[in-house]
Amino acid sequence: MCLGVPGQIIAVTQPEKMMAMAEVSGVRREINVAPVATGPLEELIGKWTLIHVGFAMALIDEDEAAATLEALRGLGEAQEALDAMAAGDAALEGRS
Amino acid sequence: MKYAEEFRDPKAAKALLAQIAEVVDDIGASRDAPIHIMEICGGHTHAIFRYGLDKLIHDGVDFIHGPGCPVCVLPMSRVDECIEIAEKEGVIFTSFGDAMRVPGTKKSLLQAKADGADIRMVYSPLDALELARRNPDREVVFFGLGFETTTPSTALSIQVAAREGLTNFSVFCNHITVPEPIKVLLDDPYMVLDGFVGPGHVSMVIGTHPYDFIAQNYGKPIVVAGFEPLDLLQSVLMVLQQIRDGRAEVENQYARVVSEHGNPVSIAAMADVYEPRPSFEWRGLGEIDASGLQIRKAYEAFDAEVKFGIGHAVGARVVAEPEGCACGAVMTGRMKPVQCPQFGRGCTPEMPLGALMVSSEGACAAYYQYGGARAAAE
Ligand code: SF4
Repeated sequence: MCLGVPGQIIAVTQPEKMMAMAEVSGVRREINVAPVATGPLEELIGKWTLIHVGFAMALIDEDEAAATLEALRGLGEAQEALDAMAAGDAALEGRS
Repeated sequence: MKYAEEFRDPKAAKALLAQIAEVVDDIGASRDAPIHIMEICGGHTHAIFRYGLDKLIHDGVDFIHGPGCPVCVLPMSRVDECIEIAEKEGVIFTSFGDAMRVPGTKKSLLQAKADGADIRMVYSPLDALELARRNPDREVVFFGLGFETTTPSTALSIQVAAREGLTNFSVFCNHITVPEPIKVLLDDPYMVLDGFVGPGHVSMVIGTHPYDFIAQNYGKPIVVAGFEPLDLLQSVLMVLQQIRDGRAEVENQYARVVSEHGNPVSIAAMADVYEPRPSFEWRGLGEIDASGLQIRKAYEAFDAEVKFGIGHAVGARVVAEPEGCACGAVMTGRMKPVQCPQFGRGCTPEMPLGALMVSSEGACAAYYQYGGARAAAE
């Protein structure tokens, strides 16, 4: 929960709500990009970001994203974040 | 040096360890008279144990594990209050998974869920917002927990709820801030601290200036660090070099992510929605002035404390720590986890007695998790 996970922004989904689709380790998750939106949202597509509990908190370069992901994997926290995302999806459907 | 092989770049790790040893020798520190460096962030504590950095590093450096795990410092009374809210008719209580096993005086959220309360683990406050939209006849409460890394997410979510006019969404706010407890630790006459490794992701939000007082008023070095083990070694080296050179500065080892001024959107959202509470209780540290955040009056419709008349809205309750728990002493560096009489006996990650055993970022859980592997490697 405290460490951000790197993800790549792949599409803008609900621009009026600052929402975009990100891919984190092959898993897709809609995130809020307000903290990193300094210009048109389309410009964010393809960029890498550190995602904290569903919010893009900083833009990073691809190498940094790869290194961070590796560090998180070492700590078991990458999997923890993916599990938490799956739990969030389950909660929405009342499955948890 | 078994563990150094596990680094992404073992050569670089060994070179850094050698440089650290050199500087420690220059300073004249030793096992009996070590330099005490506190890593503030629980993520760093986890990494230090995972990679055995405390063992690899010259024994003239002693790591003191700071209060930077929000789950670990959450007072039991607040867990009780979560459960009180969760057990109310019509409530869907949502929480980060990390907080589900924290013991309250009677039970944890996980046990309350087993007892029938509608408690759901979510990844993000955005999930809680969506639950509120989909369940207009239910009250959806989000358990807002964490330092400045997660605080912007609940602030922005409350702003969204306000814009959408959602009336069934509220936040039980337990957000806390990093600088205030550091000040308390520095003012503690029993606490011996020579320097700090600063949190990376918190600093990404708040920037590096909130730490200026550490260098300017207390004359101690602090280096903001990334999460890779190499980042940590590099940062420890930078702290030691400052000590050797008689400098006390705020340095940024993690400049590739952390900027001096932080993230302006997040800072603005936090300032808009939250204000400091007069005081907030930290497990193991007690009440600390202005260390917790509360929801401003303008957003009180989204404040679960006001909505349900629980918590600071009706006066804080004081709860004693469980018998034999040494969390306070461990948190302030007076005791190592293994010195706690409950460690591994009355207190394990499966059945935590104290909060430092709950999260993998708590010092006791980290000791416990990697202790076996470390003993085998030694
Ligand atoms: S072993 Fe348990 S009770 Fe003892 S200090 Fe650690 S968390 Fe607290």
